[in-house]
Amino acid sequence: MKRPWIGVFKFTSCDGCQLSVLNMEDELPDFVSLFQVAYFREAGDMPLRGRFDIALVEGSVSTGWQKAQIIEVRERTRHLVTIGACAAAGGLQALRNWADIEDYKRLVYPSPDMIETLPCSTPVSDHVYVDYELWGCPVNCDELSEMLGSFLLDRKPGIPAYSLCMECKRKGVPCLLVAKSEPCLGPVTRAGCGVLCPSMERPCYGCFGPKEGANIGSLLEAFRNAGFSSHECVLLLDKMNTYAFREAGTGEGRF
Amino acid sequence: MLKQKLKKEHLGLLFDKLKVTHGVLGPKVENGVVTLAEIDAHDIPSGYEDHQQPGGYRLIKGERPEIFSFSIGPDSFKRFLQPPLREVFAFRRAAGISITRPGAEQRPLAFIDMRPCDLSALKLYDRIFLRGPVRDPYYDSLRRDSLVFVLNCLYPNDNCFCPSMGTGPEATDGFDVALTELSDSFLLEAGTAKGETVLAGLPAGEVDDSDMREKGARIELCRKRIKKFIRAGELPGLIYRNVEHPRWAEIAERDLECGNCTQLCPTCFCNSTYDALGLSGISKKSYQVSGRRMRKWDSCFSKNFARVHGGNFRPSRRARYRQWMSHKLAYTMEQFGLPGCVGCGRCITWCPAGIDITKELEALKSAR
Repeated sequence: MKRPWIGVFKFTSCDGCQLSVLNMEDELPDFVSLFQVAYFREAGDMPLRGRFDIALVEGSVSTGWQKAQIIEVRERTRHLVTIGACAAAGGLQALRNWADIEDYKRLVYPSPDMIETLPCSTPVSDHVYVDYELWGCPVNCDELSEMLGSFLLDRKPGIPAYSLCMECKRKGVPCLLVAKSEPCLGPVTRAGCGVLCPSMERPCYGCFGPKEGANIGSLLEAFRNAGFSSHECVLLLDKMNTYAFREAGTGEGRF
Repeated sequence: MLKQKLKKEHLGLLFDKLKVTHGVLGPKVENGVVTLAEIDAHDIPSGYEDHQQPGGYRLIKGERPEIFSFSIGPDSFKRFLQPPLREVFAFRRAAGISITRPGAEQRPLAFIDMRPCDLSALKLYDRIFLRGPVRDPYYDSLRRDSLVFVLNCLYPNDNCFCPSMGTGPEATDGFDVALTELSDSFLLEAGTAKGETVLAGLPAGEVDDSDMREKGARIELCRKRIKKFIRAGELPGLIYRNVEHPRWAEIAERDLECGNCTQLCPTCFCNSTYDALGLSGISKKSYQVSGRRMRKWDSCFSKNFARVHGGNFRPSRRARYRQWMSHKLAYTMEQFGLPGCVGCGRCITWCPAGIDITKELEALKSAR
């Protein structure tokens, strides 16, 4: 079998999803023997040249330079797969999409004039065609392995788009929302993390983004019935997948 | 069949006897909820009371004098007899294909407080997985050696409606032993020869008419405590006449489609299989792959569930909810001759949106 060329790219992000690739540990020898790693910022200094059979793209597009760069990556790539919440939903930095970027710049930087940035942080799919999105903050190593293996075998990855509740129930973790009135985002969040938080009795933060057909309005109603204010509900959803949750909420980026 | 009494302080002896040959599954408190786990007699959360409402569950220490002072939690036998995730076989494809089935199974299981509603669900499971078109060998191997102690209910929760479905609060058949907690002892009634063997050797008290009267009175009291009911007599027609009722669209607005109801429903049996095959299962020679065929609980609330070649035959939330409720209350009876809903109320309690199947059915009665 010809080893496909793979590139791992980074835009605005924390590098955590690239680290998840490196965290595949037991499967790293398989990774490098099955793929020809041609570009991987987190793992080594390689020049960007040639074409890629598959590109893993981490991070959101939040500068003018990145808008051009993502198009270049797309043109060099047969299959473009985004990894993580930033690339799929704009990430935590998309919180600025509902604020004034000039205010933020003045608040954070001593010389705001030096900062070149776009007013909005946007998902990769807003700019180029994306073949597959792997969700999570960060992505799950097993799902990465499943996606890469499926790519090699030319099959559809067996990665579910249903709710985290499904995983919770399988693990026998009692429902935090029902039994403790905790504001758990599980019912609207994609499965995939392996129930990290609820199994430690912490409600889900929505790292894996909205599940297929998430009914945000109904969950917020359940939160309000449990005593949370509308403002608190919005804050719960405004995290690393804010852009996607807001869109799932009304389709218009507002609740 | 054998009937005898067991003093409450001797309950541990029953556990001791069962533990020699069986993994004994019973109620235990975990994270504020009564769950099902391998337990000892002293793990039973005596004195606890569960308060359940649509979308709500609270466990409190109460005043009830009984050992089994609580009703059902989220778990049922299905977690153990048809586990949420299991390996069906491991496969390797090189020159040919080799299949390896997982090794010897665990110890046989004894269910110590299966409730009558869940026993009805177990009958449905037996009908599907043992006497259906295809016998499930895994289920068969676990079920064949299992022991079922059904516990007649004394305290229902506010979401129970087993009398409507004819499944409780008293079990009449299908168990190895039926337990009823009386004021000073347990009444044990064997239902099978296997059950009689278990009872033999336990310190037995004689059963007289007054004990049977007490049993009857306690179960009658339980029946009176049940608050919910559905019009089971009008099923399945009530569903079939209303497939286009506007109520389905209203439910869809509240429905989270999280799948909790299906995962905890003791009769929901849907599952899917997939091949777990990561990078480590692929060799550089493309024709060599190895992996594991896995089977896991699935749900008709997942959009992917009805996706087939060429499209999805249940594309809307409305269609998916209608499918679920219709399967529970109408189709299962026609498919298998047994009710698909046993009135346990788990789908009501554990729905984060508090959707109540009894109310939704009632709403179908209203004018369109």
